Amino acid sequence: MRKVYNKIDQITGNVVSLKARDVAYEDLAVIEGERGVSLAQVIRINRDQVYLQVFAGTKGISNRDQVRFLGHSMEVSFSENLMGRIFNGSGVPRDDRSALSENMIEIGSPSVNPVKRIMPSRMIRTGIPMIDIFNSLVESQKLPIFSIPGEPYNPLLARIALQAEADIIVFGGMGLKYDDYLFFRNTFEKGGVMHRSIMFVHTAADPVVECLLVPDMVLAVAENFAVNHNKRVLVLLTDMTAFSDALKEISIIMEQIPSNRGYPGDLYSQLAKRYEKAVDFEGRGSVTTLAVTTMPGDDVTHPVPDNTGYITEGQFYLRRGWIEPFGSLSRLKQLVNGKTRDDHRSIMTACIQLYAKCKEAREKQAMGFVMSSWDKKLLGYGKRFEQEMMDLKVNISLEKALDRCWQIMADFFDPQEVGITEKLLNQYWPKKNV
Amino acid sequence: MSEISGKIVAIYGNMVTAEVDSKVKQNAVAYCCKGRDGIKLKAEIIRLRGNEADMQVFESTRGLMVGDTVEITDDLVSVEVGPGTLSQIYDGLQNPLPQLAEECGFFLKSGVYAKPLSETNKWHFTPLAKQGDKVQGAWYLGWVPEGIFQHKILVPPYLAGEWRIKEIAKEGDYTIREKMATLVNDKGEEKDITMSFKWPVKIPMKGYAQRLLPSEPLVTQQRVMDTMFPICKGGTYCIPGPFGAGKTVLQQITSRYAEIDIVVVAACGERAGEVVETLREFPHLQDPKTGKPLMERTIIICNTSSMPVAAREASVYTAITIAEYYRLMGLHVLLLADSTSRWAQALREMSGRLEEIPGEEAFPAYLESVIANFYERAALVTLYNGQTASVTIGGTVSPAGGNFEEPVTQATLKVVGAFHGLSRARADARRFPSIDPLDSWSKYTGAVLPEKVPVARQILVRGNEVAQMMTVVGEEGTSIQDFVLYLKGEFFDRVYLQQNAYNDVDQACSLERQEYTFSVLLQILQKEFSFESKDQARKFFFQLQSLMLNWNEAVWQSDSFKEIEGKIKELVK
Repeated sequence: MRKVYNKIDQITGNVVSLKARDVAYEDLAVIEGERGVSLAQVIRINRDQVYLQVFAGTKGISNRDQVRFLGHSMEVSFSENLMGRIFNGSGVPRDDRSALSENMIEIGSPSVNPVKRIMPSRMIRTGIPMIDIFNSLVESQKLPIFSIPGEPYNPLLARIALQAEADIIVFGGMGLKYDDYLFFRNTFEKGGVMHRSIMFVHTAADPVVECLLVPDMVLAVAENFAVNHNKRVLVLLTDMTAFSDALKEISIIMEQIPSNRGYPGDLYSQLAKRYEKAVDFEGRGSVTTLAVTTMPGDDVTHPVPDNTGYITEGQFYLRRGWIEPFGSLSRLKQLVNGKTRDDHRSIMTACIQLYAKCKEAREKQAMGFVMSSWDKKLLGYGKRFEQEMMDLKVNISLEKALDRCWQIMADFFDPQEVGITEKLLNQYWPKKNV
Repeated sequence: MSEISGKIVAIYGNMVTAEVDSKVKQNAVAYCCKGRDGIKLKAEIIRLRGNEADMQVFESTRGLMVGDTVEITDDLVSVEVGPGTLSQIYDGLQNPLPQLAEECGFFLKSGVYAKPLSETNKWHFTPLAKQGDKVQGAWYLGWVPEGIFQHKILVPPYLAGEWRIKEIAKEGDYTIREKMATLVNDKGEEKDITMSFKWPVKIPMKGYAQRLLPSEPLVTQQRVMDTMFPICKGGTYCIPGPFGAGKTVLQQITSRYAEIDIVVVAACGERAGEVVETLREFPHLQDPKTGKPLMERTIIICNTSSMPVAAREASVYTAITIAEYYRLMGLHVLLLADSTSRWAQALREMSGRLEEIPGEEAFPAYLESVIANFYERAALVTLYNGQTASVTIGGTVSPAGGNFEEPVTQATLKVVGAFHGLSRARADARRFPSIDPLDSWSKYTGAVLPEKVPVARQILVRGNEVAQMMTVVGEEGTSIQDFVLYLKGEFFDRVYLQQNAYNDVDQACSLERQEYTFSVLLQILQKEFSFESKDQARKFFFQLQSLMLNWNEAVWQSDSFKEIEGKIKELVK
């Protein structure tokens, strides 16, 4: 029988400390008091003084509450029964169904051996042309969606969940508004993907420590489905800035010296540890990660987007309601977009160049210059391109999207004006109806 | 070797404090033994206070308890060097990763370590010294073939004073654990020598006669580096740049095309995906110099961002020590560290745990001296046998927010010989390599018409000034002379400074060719043109540019090369 302690020495923020023996680092403890039961984790041991981070927060915990150590670190149940379920950050069901306790696995497992990684080679189709054509998502890629509050990043993430080719979707919500949580749940249910989805949700009203656990829970589950069940898992996380802010909060309570705008010095390592879980396991499944990072003040040099940018393989900028064609980048797209259709790369370059020229024309127009006939062509093209390709509501296959690009170009330009080789023009340029 | 043991009294992140009563060395290796499952975690002692020893543990400390045993060894954190180091893929603590993969599968298990060198491989030894010879540390006893090199078997450089060979092995096949020689000194002390020895990573491996001023250019086959901002064998350079500016791509290209004997790649705290590219491609790519797979001249030290942070700090030292070892064989070694900022962050994390008073941006106050000490380990040297050899260090820096004012970039700039600053604006404009030609500098003298480089630079500077001006006054308000200057600057940038990494010919440009192209370009840049209108000028330079681009992609001295050259000369006449 494990010993029960009933004297807490100190309570600050979400951290309590007490005197205890035979406790291992990162072990879990249960704190029982008037307010109920809460899980906690050991985050520092100094001789017999043990510091615990309380998942549910310390509100209402008294210095005489009972503390019991469980003798193991944080775990999550892993089985097929997870499908369609919703949990909070500490793994407690949110969906009024029974708790799961079979086949518990550790979260925050060690890194993958780099020599066991393989070069990513398969594209994940999403039905969103701005991703499929212009910045293809690749299996095992890790990509953030840089956005600002107010932009439809959550609807975008939900659409990707519904449309992307993946066996399993593991969703992690951090600091979500309750409305957003309901939105995701309803969308998943209506869209018919709930039966192959697993959700771990921390809402803004929940204790901040649980937020820290969400990515680890999500990734532990995803990794196990990929390695042990050969599944292609898509991990969706929103919002990593909330996660980073939770890290900041805890590290300041623990009196760590902040490095940049209050964030702990190990922010990069903490984020990298999670993002690097995106792996294609040779002969098994894979984990692909898409994570929303909101940029405070639309500032990409803010520590969270900045560190993220150094870790991830490109980024999507979501601004003014669509995925920015400039700045957005999928670094791995070269590995897959040569194998789709032979006009893919040429369309990708041509459409963006024309759209860039259209923007220049718009600037000229705004400054009151006279529009030449070429400018007018560009303006017309730009408008159609935005409506029929960039709009997030567009949901068509890659091939149809490519065809549509040809059609839009043909409606405004002559074949030699678009900068595509003769061979492809002959094959794909739409024949005008006479 | 006597082992000392202690008891853990505190655990905080990857810092563990133990109580020890006996003699303990700073930077000694210790093992924390988890009472729960018996797994031993490697650690390094980083501070001693009274009878408390603070250690940084190279693995996750999950599951350690107060009261668990710590075994403290007498060895400092070391690498073992000897034949078999080439083509290896090590983690930061010199565990061969392929072997760990065989043992543990997909994941890195904590507490699993592997021998850095094969103990069963036989190496064919040929003696270079004989019984009775007098030798000193770093002298050669013999050699074994390792890939394309003669791997010299050294008298370990830590042996001080003069020694006499009492016995030496005959030519034949031996493993690294077999005794190759017995040395004896004046005092009658005897020392058995094997093919390998251990060296503490944080102590520079000297063993050379003297240091020289780096003067021989290190050719990277990238025009902007070789011509404009050259680096020298034995020198140092750094590549700071914001994310997405192409630091790693530049390092990869350098590791591929640099004209050097051995490349040590230290992937320190960066993406694993990028290392994978190197791992999977290098065995299939040919070394242009030898025709052998590039992997045969490469050593990879790989401690990617999700691997334990404390080992990240060790990884750059592991890399430099291995580089220094091969330097003692008379070879020229290039160490590419990507990225030194992640290494500095590892220092910061540890410093925070030690509750040291922080300096700027919470980096420790000793950051500058640590960075300086590291870069100072690069050197061009003469060995005792008169050969010259070198270690060159090229480190990338990932400044927070792309701001070069931050402490790591600034500390690095103080100690390096060349600065290749990458700019996001150039990267966004797809100008590759995105080395900023106005901000970057080099203190070394290049091999490509060094006396003419300032002329080209001047045109870039003036061209840029005109460009700045034009954003205010517009094209109309610019005189035609200024406008031509602007066009010349843009033209030089496009056709010479930028290089097409996807083109088989243009991706690597030999020194000879650089000199040739550069002198043709200089004539164009210095020529006074008279144009009637700006449109005419623009059209002329566009035409010239497209010819030059084709010229860059034509095989050196091929028929089409000569044909395009003729067209260029015709146009410029």
